[in-house]
Amino acid sequence: MIHILLSRLRQGHRTLAYPKGLPILPERFRGRPAVDASKCANTSGNGAEDGCQLCADVCPTEAIKLHDGVPQIDLGRCLFCPECEDACPAGAIRYSGDHRLAVRDRKDLVVGSGEEYRLAKALDSELMRVFGRSLKLRVVSAGGCNGCEVDVNVLQTITWDLSRFGISYVASPRHADGLLICGPVTVNMEEALRITYAAIPEPKLVIAVGACAISGGPFFSQSEQFGGAASVVPVDLFIPGCPPHPLTILDGLLRLLGKLGTNA
Amino acid sequence: MKESGFVPILNGQAIPLSEIPVSSLDDFQNGIVQGVHDGLRLACLCVDAEQRMLSVLADDAAKQLWVGRSRLAQASYSSITPHCVQASLFEREIAEQFGFVPEGHPWFKPVRFHASWTEGRDAWGRTSTPAPAVMDFFTVSGEEVHEVAVGPVHAGVIEPGHFRFQCHGETVLHLEIALGFQHRGIERAMVGGPHPLSLKHAETVSGDATIAHAWAYCRNMEGLAGVTVPPRSEWIRGVALELERMANHVGDLGALAGDVGFLPTASFCGRIRGEWLNLSAEVCGSRLGRDWLKPGGLRYELEPDLAERLLPRMAKAWQDTRDAIELLWGAASVMNRFEAAGHVDEGQAREIGMVGLAARACGIGLDVRKDHPFGPYADHPVPVSLAESGNVHSRAWVRWLELAESYRFLTEALQGLALAPADPAPAALPPLAPDSLCVALTEGWRGEVLHLALTDSKGRFSRYKIVDPSFHNWFGVALAMRGEQISDFPICNKSFNLSYCGHDL
Repeated sequence: MIHILLSRLRQGHRTLAYPKGLPILPERFRGRPAVDASKCANTSGNGAEDGCQLCADVCPTEAIKLHDGVPQIDLGRCLFCPECEDACPAGAIRYSGDHRLAVRDRKDLVVGSGEEYRLAKALDSELMRVFGRSLKLRVVSAGGCNGCEVDVNVLQTITWDLSRFGISYVASPRHADGLLICGPVTVNMEEALRITYAAIPEPKLVIAVGACAISGGPFFSQSEQFGGAASVVPVDLFIPGCPPHPLTILDGLLRLLGKLGTNA
Repeated sequence: MKESGFVPILNGQAIPLSEIPVSSLDDFQNGIVQGVHDGLRLACLCVDAEQRMLSVLADDAAKQLWVGRSRLAQASYSSITPHCVQASLFEREIAEQFGFVPEGHPWFKPVRFHASWTEGRDAWGRTSTPAPAVMDFFTVSGEEVHEVAVGPVHAGVIEPGHFRFQCHGETVLHLEIALGFQHRGIERAMVGGPHPLSLKHAETVSGDATIAHAWAYCRNMEGLAGVTVPPRSEWIRGVALELERMANHVGDLGALAGDVGFLPTASFCGRIRGEWLNLSAEVCGSRLGRDWLKPGGLRYELEPDLAERLLPRMAKAWQDTRDAIELLWGAASVMNRFEAAGHVDEGQAREIGMVGLAARACGIGLDVRKDHPFGPYADHPVPVSLAESGNVHSRAWVRWLELAESYRFLTEALQGLALAPADPAPAALPPLAPDSLCVALTEGWRGEVLHLALTDSKGRFSRYKIVDPSFHNWFGVALAMRGEQISDFPICNKSFNLSYCGHDL
């Protein structure tokens, strides 16, 4: 017993101060990408590279489309790999260290030039009354690679201590207020996912975590999957990444529950 | 093996297909059965795009692999599973993928529940899309015998799988596991590649073993392109793989502690696992090591000054790791539970072809790093960690021993990397050799990861076969449950911690 107590002392207090302060993320962490149209060869006016689409060509998930020559990145498809950043000779695409990515509307998962990124808004007042102080989630892994599960699980550790925000994962859909879905929804998981969703009492929320659950991710062109959670159930919150950093997932959940200011 | 038409190759070595004879099916099958009887291991058995059966046998003692192939002339053939249990799941997989029926297979059921890749030829004569886990389960009948069905959706944050227990009271007579819920078509997606997504598909075979699979993929690419990776880059790949092992072993030991209600280690390890993941993120930006490796070398360098900075952080993480895990071995309640649960017999483990830490926990000294050295492991060997009892305690203990060995490797590597200048970024690979085969093995934290690539006349993948260690080991979980209490299933399962998605592909 004394060993356990001594060990407890040595291990110390480890829960992050977040959201009061931000934890330090690695220098090479790839957060929300930014597009600088003034640098893009198609719009910068030097004309030398007119018609350049190197970034779109190298993107493995076809997440980049050119609009009036300027790249737009669909973060729902983005795997946050360095291909586009490396391919652009002008440095028009740069990953930032910004971990905040979650949105309420699939259409808002776009990073272009100039427009402000529409981060997830909090639930409306009635749903906030129901879920604001206690949100129980049933996690369903519906295909994918278990990478998102790793970082969803991590939120339960003492580092993040998810339950201090009134959020926890529960063992049965009957006890849940919503579903947290990882994976592209494989053909073989569709029925199980539908049944789990149906077993959750109304009102209920659905949270799609990771590129797979939003767009099919790296498997988007495979006929063995459906291209994301929204093909099977209505989704209330989209958290992009491959996998999203735990901080990104927590940020999304807290935004949904109005626990972060709109400018945070 | 030569008389059966098998040819010897080394891990990661490409060989023109013309050098692999196409044997008669009898010779080929006899070669496998005799080889396994003589102590070789069936590392892979699959069918290629031209409907030829292909086999990789591992001679772990002689550090070499034997490859052979044969033509399948008819839609059915005589199963070798009755003589070689290691072939069981492979023959079922071949039946599911290509519709070839192994006559006389004693356990002939689908593996992943998808439609046949060969149009018009289904091994079970099905005409509609198969439903997952719908099959004849093994049943036991008798008074007081009952069946417990669990999954695919489980109580925790876990991947989906379906488990059927045949129980007598609390005692499990037999467990049958039906997987395939995570099947997303990775092998099919690789065909025609390398595509821009191929490396991503390798990384996402099993996210918690990103490096093990990405490395195997890279080694196939390098073998087929005839490219040698600079030693320093290989050393960094070793760092990536051992960091992955540290993170997962720490996480598993914490979870095992949680499963027996020993909360100090459970909660400490949950946090410390993150420290190891974060070390990977310092180098490549991703906690799982995404985009760290690329064919030809590395996408992200581990520069000397970064190595210098990581050393003290790693030492602190190791200090915390030891402090948290040593508590386990001194807690009688933990030892009592660990030692009483999940025994797998060494003979059975050998018979089913178990690999990795689960095999080492039964006293079987298999480790690709030693048996088929790759990357830095010939110059910087990692001693094999063994235990004897084959139970939950042994699987926990092997993890603990491996943590210490990996930490030693990591310290030596980072000290060495801090002194050596970084390699230049790798050049784009030359085209892959046409009509060739390459087999790459790595030792992921669960065990042997095998990637087999076949190229067509244009140097594109005509077939890409992936064998995650989970594929070999899932049956071990079923064996570990025989005669156990059903309430011990979580701890038995966690002690293996196999990958569902790695199995399902």
